[in-house]
Amino acid sequence: MNSREIIENGLWKQNPGVVQLLGLCPTLAVTSSAVNGLSLGLATAFVMAASNASVSPIRRWVPGEIRIPVFILIIAALVTVIDLGMHAYLHALHVVLGIFIPLIVTNCIVLARVEAFAAKNDIGPSALDGLMMGLGLTMVLAVLGGMREVVGKGTLFSGIDLALGPAAKQFVLTVVPDYHGFLLAILPPGAFIGLALLIAGRNWMESRKQALPSTPPAVLAAGH
Amino acid sequence: MNQPPYISGSTSVSVIMLKVLLALVPGIVAYVWIFGSGVLVSLLLASVTALVSEAVMLRLRNRPIMPFLMDGSALVTAWLLALALPPLAPWWLIVVGTLFAIVIAKQLYGGLGYNPFNPAMIGYAVLLISFPAIMTQWPAPLALAHAQLGFMDQVHYIFGRMLPDGVGLDAISSATPLDYLKTQLKLQHGVAEIWQAPVFGTLGGKGGEIVVGAYLLGGLYLLQQRIISWHVPTAFLLALAAMSAIFHLIDPVHYAGATFHLFSGASMLCAFFIATDPISGPTTPKGKLVFAAGIGILTWLIRTYGGYPDGVAFAVLLMNICVPLIDAYTQPRVFGHEK
Repeated sequence: MNSREIIENGLWKQNPGVVQLLGLCPTLAVTSSAVNGLSLGLATAFVMAASNASVSPIRRWVPGEIRIPVFILIIAALVTVIDLGMHAYLHALHVVLGIFIPLIVTNCIVLARVEAFAAKNDIGPSALDGLMMGLGLTMVLAVLGGMREVVGKGTLFSGIDLALGPAAKQFVLTVVPDYHGFLLAILPPGAFIGLALLIAGRNWMESRKQALPSTPPAVLAAGH
Repeated sequence: MNQPPYISGSTSVSVIMLKVLLALVPGIVAYVWIFGSGVLVSLLLASVTALVSEAVMLRLRNRPIMPFLMDGSALVTAWLLALALPPLAPWWLIVVGTLFAIVIAKQLYGGLGYNPFNPAMIGYAVLLISFPAIMTQWPAPLALAHAQLGFMDQVHYIFGRMLPDGVGLDAISSATPLDYLKTQLKLQHGVAEIWQAPVFGTLGGKGGEIVVGAYLLGGLYLLQQRIISWHVPTAFLLALAAMSAIFHLIDPVHYAGATFHLFSGASMLCAFFIATDPISGPTTPKGKLVFAAGIGILTWLIRTYGGYPDGVAFAVLLMNICVPLIDAYTQPRVFGHEK
């Protein structure tokens, strides 16, 4: 599998958020704003790239019977690094994301890629696969978070100062001034409805793409 | 139809829906008489939004537009939602609620016949959760209000949130009886003492009870026309009455009696118009009894212990989820087969 295919699979064809439907726990729980979704997505992407890269070189020495515990230990160690790192350097964001950072360990998308890809491929492609799958998930988290934030609060990128420091407060966009707020979008039902709309949107785009190439032959057939 | 061997023509959806709309008319007339004509604006807004959004969604889904639009089901949803909302709610509230009901709760699930949840109640629940402050701002009955708004004043208020000079919001609004009862009970007052307040009438809320009586009248018309069967209204009202009566007998200081629960809030509207929705409800007679009794019990529980003053919408939605289960367990025995 070449790198082009790996990138395409991670970002679109096998997108973990809207195609494989893996990692739904953070997708649904933390996407109440674009910044929350984006930061947890990036943290997950980092863990995925690093865990794929660390599992791939040792894949021949791990006995098949105990591979899951070994993989989980590696993932847990990497997540601990991320957790402590964010606690030290991005404390405010760490408080907001809270329990969901340690929970990246249990996020099935991480183990799924380790098991399905890194355990069978070389280190380079494995790291790329982890990164691209992570970025694919990040994309979904950011878009879903952005949608829910705009509909729910009328702003975009609120809380960006938690990630980039107080000076970044000016980047918060007020999309709808004097907005009453649509609480449902921020509450859990908003996550389910928003994710369903994203999946439907992707399926719709795919079905259109498939419908297009088949049109010219149909016209030719009609001409005969 | 007086002799069994005849086969009667099946009633079409549009005739059923038309009769449901007709049955709502007495309630609407009473509503206008007691609370003023603002509700007519809500009804119109909801109807237009429902028809337009239904047409757009049918177009997007490549379905025939006119036959589905003319069946009147969108209008029934719109009217039920408009009657459930506070009549002086801002225009966008009604539009958002109706859009949610038609687009998400009905059309995205596959349109008429496929929606597992009652669309009007989804619209109501979405608004109640998202905009609790506006959703609990009810106008006082005209007889109790300190100021009267003319029809144009109400239109101005609905579209621009502007009241005439010298009229405050407090002058035209008041707590609903269910709301008032709930807050006063929290303040350690007894039911008999609370009952002395001017918002209460003989059976339920002052004025409100007349609207409720008119809904009952419309419901009896639906029963007489055989649009709805007796199972749902009877089981719902009996369950609600039984729950409230039992607790009122045990502890009359803290629990309001059966007549109050039956004649306040959305009880009657639910019994005859909401819970009787043939699509989101069960199909077997025994299932209907279970379904409606469940709504009655849940309504009482939410009213008494829940965070919201009325519980009909949530009770209906919760029981909607149970419908496939209820249907599976209440299949009637096929003739000639063992149980």
